[in-house]
Amino acid sequence: MPTTTALIVGAGHCGLAMSRCLSERSIDHVVLERGEVANSWRTQRWDSLRLLTPNWMTRLPGYAYRGGDPDGYLCAPEVARLIQDYATESAAPVLTNTTVSSVRPSAGGYLVQTDQGSWRARTVVLASGAATAANPPRQLEQCVPTGVATLSPTDYRCPGLLPEGGVLVVGASASGIQIAEELHRSGRAVTVAVGEHVRMPRLYRGRDILWWMDASGILDERYDQVPDLLRARNLPSMQLVGTPERVTVDLNALRSAGVRLVGRLAAIRDGIAQFSGSLPNLCTLADLKLARLLDAIDEWAARAGVGGDRPPERFAPTGVPHAPLTLDLRTGEISTIIWATGFRPELSWLDVPVLNRKGQVRHDGGVTSAPGLYLLGLPFLRRRKSSLIDGAAADAHDLTAHLAGYLGTLSSGNPRAVSARALAGQHAS
Amino acid sequence: MTATATPVDNGVNVEALLGARAAMADSPEIAQFQWRSTVTWLNGTHSRSDVESFYGFDDEQHHTTTFSYDIDHPLQFAAQDNGITPVEYVLVALGGCLTAGIAAVAQQRSIQLRSVSATLTAEMDLHGILGADPDVRNGFSGVSVDYQIDADATPDEIKALVAQSQKRSAVYDVITNPTSVTVNVS
Repeated sequence: MPTTTALIVGAGHCGLAMSRCLSERSIDHVVLERGEVANSWRTQRWDSLRLLTPNWMTRLPGYAYRGGDPDGYLCAPEVARLIQDYATESAAPVLTNTTVSSVRPSAGGYLVQTDQGSWRARTVVLASGAATAANPPRQLEQCVPTGVATLSPTDYRCPGLLPEGGVLVVGASASGIQIAEELHRSGRAVTVAVGEHVRMPRLYRGRDILWWMDASGILDERYDQVPDLLRARNLPSMQLVGTPERVTVDLNALRSAGVRLVGRLAAIRDGIAQFSGSLPNLCTLADLKLARLLDAIDEWAARAGVGGDRPPERFAPTGVPHAPLTLDLRTGEISTIIWATGFRPELSWLDVPVLNRKGQVRHDGGVTSAPGLYLLGLPFLRRRKSSLIDGAAADAHDLTAHLAGYLGTLSSGNPRAVSARALAGQHAS
Repeated sequence: MTATATPVDNGVNVEALLGARAAMADSPEIAQFQWRSTVTWLNGTHSRSDVESFYGFDDEQHHTTTFSYDIDHPLQFAAQDNGITPVEYVLVALGGCLTAGIAAVAQQRSIQLRSVSATLTAEMDLHGILGADPDVRNGFSGVSVDYQIDADATPDEIKALVAQSQKRSAVYDVITNPTSVTVNVS
């Protein structure tokens, strides 16, 4: 059976960033990938999708975007190509078309089973992605009347492939607003059910909003310094879209274009969708949150002496429509429901006792309680930017340092590390 | 604010609330609560509701006394006005819940409150409950809450208090979202 010091699951940007950092410390490792490098960017993205982050922010350990459009946004095939180029240039030891079927503790580390044979690894890094599986609300999904098609952003490709008729997009974060805007432009009647959301202008004071968040250090905020980490890790994605025109797609933009906004989808009863009456408050919350972000940016800009040529701006409050509270899904008005309700990691193959009661991996900044088992790429894993491509470098650097320290305790025979290892084995039996 | 400012005190024990949240992480079952009330018909539209016990923190719990409420309809409904109407209790509950939330959030955010008051209104079309128009619902067609708040905070911070209170309010959720109701006769 092949043996390695570190085994990384997933050859996306996170797994490859980790691989690069391990290589720099000469820690022998392997990267297992279920498909091709950047698999989800090749297979689970709709046709028009572009990165939310501008190209200059596409920075990985020892690598960065080198094209001629630093302020543009890569489309999905370009992201896949960039990640592939990164793997090639890093000479990352990737084994493609190798699907992990189980990871479990075993003597000296972990036993990793795949459809291409088994591995022994002293350490394992879970880098298979935060958005591997869509997360539709199962209770609502089973109440959708027959005749209404349902799909997730991972299955959606383009407006032309949906059945004729109106579309209900459930969710108003990045995926929801982008798909709603595109469907509306294609001539569809679109309704968006709006839950909690993070309003964001594409440009602020003449620069990309992410430039401000990066430069001011907001994206570097650490997980152990935010007052409510649970809240920070569960924050919906920013209402952003990457387009050549650098447009803002917020609720005001959708509404003035003619998209119908309704409250959060609360229930479907007897074929009738029921929407929450909380829409005005959710809009107020998002407006206030945006104002706090812009205040912080302006304060930083004044201190740093940046952006003096463009004064602070404030955006019009979200206009709250008189929204219907119910929508009959049996009339044929709605032919498709798109669950833009978020994503979750797919870790059903993880057979290590590190999951909480909701099936999520318990971790402290990516370090799990199982010695030598690490996690990468989840929202606010170690920093606000952890879920962005640009966040992988710092997180991979930190976790590589921790992993190297752990290997050091093993070779020095530190009794605490040994007992922790024994504990992991005990749990697995 | 000055360095000698007295500590913010809105009379809310935020540490106890945060302690409860922390305890729930280890034993989620203690978070499972049941609220109860009884109601007895007296005469006409007059009835009386008692509230004494509830279940939570993994045990039977009791108020310090039995709280009793008269429910009736006003003279304009040809009733005796022995108490407020059920729909007015809904406004009482909403106002109480949001205001408690404002105090708790203000304490958590170190904002000293000086005064908080609100006027609540609910619009209702009587065609619904009288069965006079099948297109009109029985319940409220809309609810408005207008707060007046005096506090050591900016206008946006005060707005954020009120918004956060709505976000975490049980009664606001009960009113704005559907709830399954089962009524049995034994």
